[in-house]
Parts: sequence; structure tokens; C-alpha cells
Amino acid sequence: MAITMLYFAWVRESIGVGEETVDPPGAVRTVADLVDWLRDRSRGHGEAFADLGRLRAALDQQFVPLDAPLGNAREVALFPPVTGG
Amino acid sequence: MIRVSVQPAPIDIAVELAVVEAGGAGGIASFTGLVRADDSVTELELEHYPGMTEAALTALAEEARERWALLAVNLVHRIGRMTPGERIVFVGTAAAHRAAALESCAFLIDKLKTGAPFWKRERRGDGASWVEARGTDDVAAERWNH
Repeated sequence: MAITMLYFAWVRESIGVGEETVDPPGAVRTVADLVDWLRDRSRGHGEAFADLGRLRAALDQQFVPLDAPLGNAREVALFPPVTGG
Repeated sequence: MIRVSVQPAPIDIAVELAVVEAGGAGGIASFTGLVRADDSVTELELEHYPGMTEAALTALAEEARERWALLAVNLVHRIGRMTPGERIVFVGTAAAHRAAALESCAFLIDKLKTGAPFWKRERRGDGASWVEARGTDDVAAERWNH
């Protein structure tokens, strides 16, 4: 099922786009699986996703840990730890 | 009453406080965050996740209203470019008495730091760098979990 990926801050800059549509295989079950699968898409993806410890995620606009199952999420966002306020 | 605004426009304190006061409260608390001029920063740029940001701020305001008897919550956060000294965030709370207003205001700014999708980029001279998250902010947010 097609998923809309959103990237923010230096993750977006490394990858070169803020949004893309992807269609991962069924074996991709969690956010971390998705990151592993996306890593080979381009050199920028590889750089952005080199260190899982520096990434945070949201599924359909809700913060989730990286081991969260994707379920039926339509929108997955990957970004650095937030720094607002 | 809950009001949330994510805006490129400057924050007008008088206007934002008036929004909070309108509820007929006995006590108002507010927090205003300014862009610091640390380490010769010349400009700060705020990126956010449109849609999720507003939802996350509204959820925080609702959580505060469940924990304290509040008459009004007003959360305002700037996005885009700003310079040192400018206001970046405003939190206003209104309650019948001061304790609820003061405590919920502290709760909201602590939670906002780690619970809303904003990212800061600092500009110094020719270069720009993304601000790293601080562990002390996680600690400040977590103290409200007990």
C-alpha cells in the first residue's frame, strides 16, 4: 500500500525532498523496517538514516517509537528530535 | 477556551493576554520565550510539521485542562525567520486562582519543548546549523509524568 513519506529539518535536507510516495513490500512491518528499506533509495537517504538513534517518527501525525508497527498508516514522517519553544 | 496559533507574524503580548483574560478568570499566568543571541546567532529559522503541530499543541492544551481547572489556554508559536530578541513562543493560562494558572503554564512550556514538531536552525554569519535537542528538556517534560 502506498505511503506518503514526509521529512523535516536535516533529514529533509539530506534526502533532497520533503515528501515522496513509497510502496514498501509486506515484509516491512515497523517504522524501523521502513527506514532500513528506504536507506538504499539514494545516497541522501543513506546519510539521513545512517543512525537510527538520531531519528524520531510520526504515524498519521502521532509521535511513535521506531519499533511501532506501521499498521494502516498513510502518512509516515521522519525527523530529528524536536527543538521548539 | 483553548486557542492555538502557529504563525509567521510577530507575537503581540497585549493581544494574546487579552484573549486569556476574556474568560473572567481570577488569575492569569504567562510565559514568553525570546530568541537568544547565544554564540553570535544572527537569525533563527523555525520549521514545523503543518497539521500535526496544531494538533499536538491542542492535545497539550487539552491535557492541561484535564489536570487543572482552567478557564482559558492560549498557545502561540512563531514559525519562519526571526532575529534575537524577538518573541518565539507564548503560553497563557487562566484559572480562578493562581496555583492552577502558574502550574499549568509551566507544564505547557515544558511539554511543548519536547511534544510538538518544531525544528530550529541557527544562522551565524555565512553558516547555518540545526539546533540539537537538549536532554534537560526531556527531564523537564518528564517531571510532569509523576
